[in-house]
Amino acid sequence: MLFTIEVNGQQITARRGETILECLLRNGIKVPTLCHMDGYSPTGACRICVVEVEGRNELIPSCSHPVEEWMKIKTHSPKVIRARKANVELLLSNHPDECLYCERNGSCELQNLAFDLNIRERRLNGQKHEYKKDYASPAILRDPSKCILCGRCVRLCETEQEVGAIDFYGRGNTMMIGTSYNHCLSIKNCHNCGQCVLVCPTGALYERQHIPKVQELLHKPEARVLAHLSPTVAASVASAFGLRSGKDLAGLIAAALLKIGFFKVYDTSAAIDIHIMENAALLKKRLEAGENFPLFSSCCPAWVHYFETFYPHMLKHLSPVLSPMQIMGSMLKKNSGTEAANNLVVGIMPCTAKKHEMQRPEMYKGTGMLTDAVLTTRELINLIKLHGVDLENIDPVLPNAPYHVRSTAARLYGVSGGAAEAIARTLFFMLTGQELEPIRISELRNGNLRREVKIKAGKTQIGFVAVSTIKEARKLMDEILGGRRDIHFVEVMACPGGCINGGGQPIGADEKDLKLRVKSLYETDERENIRVAHKSPLVNEFYQKQFEYPGSPTACEFFHKAKNQA
Amino acid sequence: MPKPIAEKVALLRREKTEVPVIYIGAGTCGMVAGAADTLQIVRNYLDDHRLKAEIVEVGCIGLCSAEPILDVQLPGKTRISFKNITAEKVYTVLDGAFNNNYEPEDVLGQFAAPALVPWEGVPFIHELPFFKNQKRLVLENCGVINPSNIEEYIARGGYRSYVKALMNYTGEEICDIIELSGLRGRGGGGFSTGKKWKIARNTQSDQKYLICNADESDPGAFMDRALIEGDPHRLIEGIAIAAYAIGASQAFIYIRAEYKRALESLKVALQQAKEYGLTGPNVYDSGVNLYISLKVGSGAFVCGEETALINNIEGKRGTPIPKPPYPAVRGLFGHPTVVNNVETLANVPLIINHGPAWFNNIGTETSKGTKVFAVTGKTQLTGLVEVEMGTTFRTLIYDIAGGIKDFKDFKALQIGGPSGACLGSPCLDLPIDYESLTKEGAMMGSGGLVVMDEHTCMVDTARYFMNFLQKESCGKCIPCREGTRRMFEILDSITKKPSDDNRHETLERFKGVMMLEELAEVVAETSLCGLGQTAPNPVISTLKYFREEFEEHIFERKCRANVCKGLRTFFIEIEKCTGCTVCFRKCPVSAIIGTQRSPHFIIQEKCIGCGICYDSCKFNAITIH
Repeated sequence: MLFTIEVNGQQITARRGETILECLLRNGIKVPTLCHMDGYSPTGACRICVVEVEGRNELIPSCSHPVEEWMKIKTHSPKVIRARKANVELLLSNHPDECLYCERNGSCELQNLAFDLNIRERRLNGQKHEYKKDYASPAILRDPSKCILCGRCVRLCETEQEVGAIDFYGRGNTMMIGTSYNHCLSIKNCHNCGQCVLVCPTGALYERQHIPKVQELLHKPEARVLAHLSPTVAASVASAFGLRSGKDLAGLIAAALLKIGFFKVYDTSAAIDIHIMENAALLKKRLEAGENFPLFSSCCPAWVHYFETFYPHMLKHLSPVLSPMQIMGSMLKKNSGTEAANNLVVGIMPCTAKKHEMQRPEMYKGTGMLTDAVLTTRELINLIKLHGVDLENIDPVLPNAPYHVRSTAARLYGVSGGAAEAIARTLFFMLTGQELEPIRISELRNGNLRREVKIKAGKTQIGFVAVSTIKEARKLMDEILGGRRDIHFVEVMACPGGCINGGGQPIGADEKDLKLRVKSLYETDERENIRVAHKSPLVNEFYQKQFEYPGSPTACEFFHKAKNQA
Repeated sequence: MPKPIAEKVALLRREKTEVPVIYIGAGTCGMVAGAADTLQIVRNYLDDHRLKAEIVEVGCIGLCSAEPILDVQLPGKTRISFKNITAEKVYTVLDGAFNNNYEPEDVLGQFAAPALVPWEGVPFIHELPFFKNQKRLVLENCGVINPSNIEEYIARGGYRSYVKALMNYTGEEICDIIELSGLRGRGGGGFSTGKKWKIARNTQSDQKYLICNADESDPGAFMDRALIEGDPHRLIEGIAIAAYAIGASQAFIYIRAEYKRALESLKVALQQAKEYGLTGPNVYDSGVNLYISLKVGSGAFVCGEETALINNIEGKRGTPIPKPPYPAVRGLFGHPTVVNNVETLANVPLIINHGPAWFNNIGTETSKGTKVFAVTGKTQLTGLVEVEMGTTFRTLIYDIAGGIKDFKDFKALQIGGPSGACLGSPCLDLPIDYESLTKEGAMMGSGGLVVMDEHTCMVDTARYFMNFLQKESCGKCIPCREGTRRMFEILDSITKKPSDDNRHETLERFKGVMMLEELAEVVAETSLCGLGQTAPNPVISTLKYFREEFEEHIFERKCRANVCKGLRTFFIEIEKCTGCTVCFRKCPVSAIIGTQRSPHFIIQEKCIGCGICYDSCKFNAITIH
């Protein structure tokens, strides 16, 4: 139901049941907030979004108060501005004065707010907290003294991921966010999905930097530093360089990385093709044997870690195939002949959990680590800026051979449902000898956190489910443990929407950006010819020359986790 | 009434006794004053003299400064009350009482009873100034009846209202009666109780809840505790009626863990109510179910705020959530929930029993009924006082509480708990009702009333309350978490001398002082819950009434009451100092120098103003400037 209210002397339409904030934003009136998150119930903690409502003495938080017919609202009256300003000044009064050294310098919401509210003088000088930084986790680091306690990370971890690694404790001025018993954030309590980093308004949460490590590698004599670039990253960096959001910059980034000093730049998609083949072969084998269903995907390291922690009795359901990044590492380290000893592999991923994955014990195969460093999308942007490469004035190049040919199925991996679709295509071919028709599985492209489809291959009906966020995965696990039997393959992505919204992606991306990234990935699939992994010439060449067939003992040695380890 | 029953009722109402009865005020206040020892000695006395007597542990009658109170009721005689009966006095007092004798200075008074022979020369309790000026409705039974005996409560008309409500009225009608009576929430806000009930009643839901908020944590407030300890069944009856009125079958009593005796008393009372069929399924065949559960809080001040309290009962962190939706619409576990204060609920049986018109006649135009106050601080008498709404503070402090101790001057009174206000002497003639208090920037609060004399520093008082609030803030919203802390830091800085000026302390202090009022306003305007919205009240009100004292602290660095340690300067008068070295030895920072038998000196740079030397000097040689 619609009605009009008065805002700043003008009539605007409001819908019954929406909050004042929603109504204002819809009508183009911007009200700053620090704790508000779209799609979450309001907590009303930051009090920055307050507005003046005629007839009320106190200021009303617009994020939590429903809009009502009688309201006459002032969004930027002197009283409101004074209150917002004072509240931000209060936050600044005991905030560490480290802006110039801060991870989020320039992208900090508090900094921007202080600038927007014209705070130019320190009127309040509070006692500062000196909390220890938490450097324990391989992926996510914390600096509690920069935390403004908006609670976004807590809400996200608790409600969207249902992990609850962090929560508030203490009260009053000594309240802080921490893990249980105030231990460190580690792989014991956190799955490194990195979503908290994306929502943190300040520099209280950030990823472990691998840039110094990469620079060190680059300067090692005789080292051949090989980078491989995830297609999702290529589709996500454009807006950071002032280009149209969602534009695929793979060529430009490859050129930039070569300029920075990388020996070769490859496309991770080649490894994804192998990942598709291996998983499809595994699924086929299981379908023939009729056991161990459903098979859970293992491409998301956060999910793998979660699965191992909470469902240790079901480990045989988890695909033993390495993640694409590690397949690439395996190929580069072990399959490059005599030069392999000098190969150093840097994965460029949209993910923070990969930083943990690369150092897991089972990922040391013979020669050492499969991946030497992982750069997130944010770090990639930093690195390019650090080395002064001007993307606008360089020419794109193709990824280096041999890992430059790929199917478009591999590109789908960045979106929730993409891995399931890619595997379904190849599995269908493996089972029937024919291509899936239509090749586009729209059930896996539409929908929110869960997408399901049943595919008929000959006489067998195969159930594919793709879920994103751990909360949804957990719901599905409950169904499966409760006796659901019609699912054969489950793709889980820990981040909502898949890797395009990964924990390592640029901060501040909105719904529109995500849609453009998805569109970019889907468009390639429509445009190009090789749309299934088994048709990729590179994959076929590999299997013919070296690995015989998908799932062969050689392939297992290269692309699967060691049997004796989880 | 058949004769055996009448006989029993008379016994229960203590209109007659067969054996001597000894009553001991065993509320928390009594226990702290030594009632446990008194009780033991009384038992010893009875054993020694082979006397058969009944010992009754009653709650607090309200005169906490007279505890431990010991009453004796001999068969045929009225109940006589003795004050301050510590263990060593018991033998003398009981010896006297059993021989119809007493020492006048031990006697508090006697209870009037028409059928019994009064003690000669002993004043009646209800004629004492402390009680005469009160209107004891809610506290009627406190300290008089045995709280652990439901029958005594029933004999005095207890649970009659509940049965009356169940038999005669629908829930809707009860809501109407309560609304007509004009009863308003006694927990602080003063919202119409009947209206609140109606909202919950009219919200569609398969389950509704009633919560009794007994999480009383204002410093200096103990009304709820005394009421629960002294008359728990009145509360249970109020809860039962309220639950019936809103259609709730489940009620919770949220009580703080520190109230051990109140908790015990409630547990016993709830068990008895269950045994007598007053709670449980299908109460007296009325088709009404009522289950009352206890929820013990863990001592967070903010859990007295209703949404935080609800969160806490749900097992979550006790932090408030934004309103609306109000709990009466969506509260505990998402169902309509009414949260009422103990005193509010204790008023309900009275209203049902006497009717709304009776209650409506008590009090002022907008504030009906009575209000219980816990009077503490620098008054002659301290304790629980129940006065009619509209009574002035002057009556309360001078007529009831006997004026200021040691004939000093009244300076301020603090009402409404930590987030209440400090009112100065112009407010003495203010009538106590919701509107007048709100107009003065104070609030009724739950009923803590701290009286301060001229030796109190108002800046220090404001600082104390801000410290309490910044510690007890839940930390959720920025203005309350950071604002209260900053205000405390500012107040703290003006009660101190700058220690060194390298960090521009003086400048920061002035910057802070200039921000103090703005901060106070912003915190009040933007905070999430009642705690934050009222948190600046101690500062705003002290600034209003005692601004010159703030200015003295800020500009002259002087505390007129000599309370602020950081601003005190001590000197040793050479003529008086004998060189006894006591102060030299006691000074914690070695700021005093001197040799034996010659005058000592204080090194001002080292002195922290603790005052230990001042207290320890036997020759009054140390003076404060």
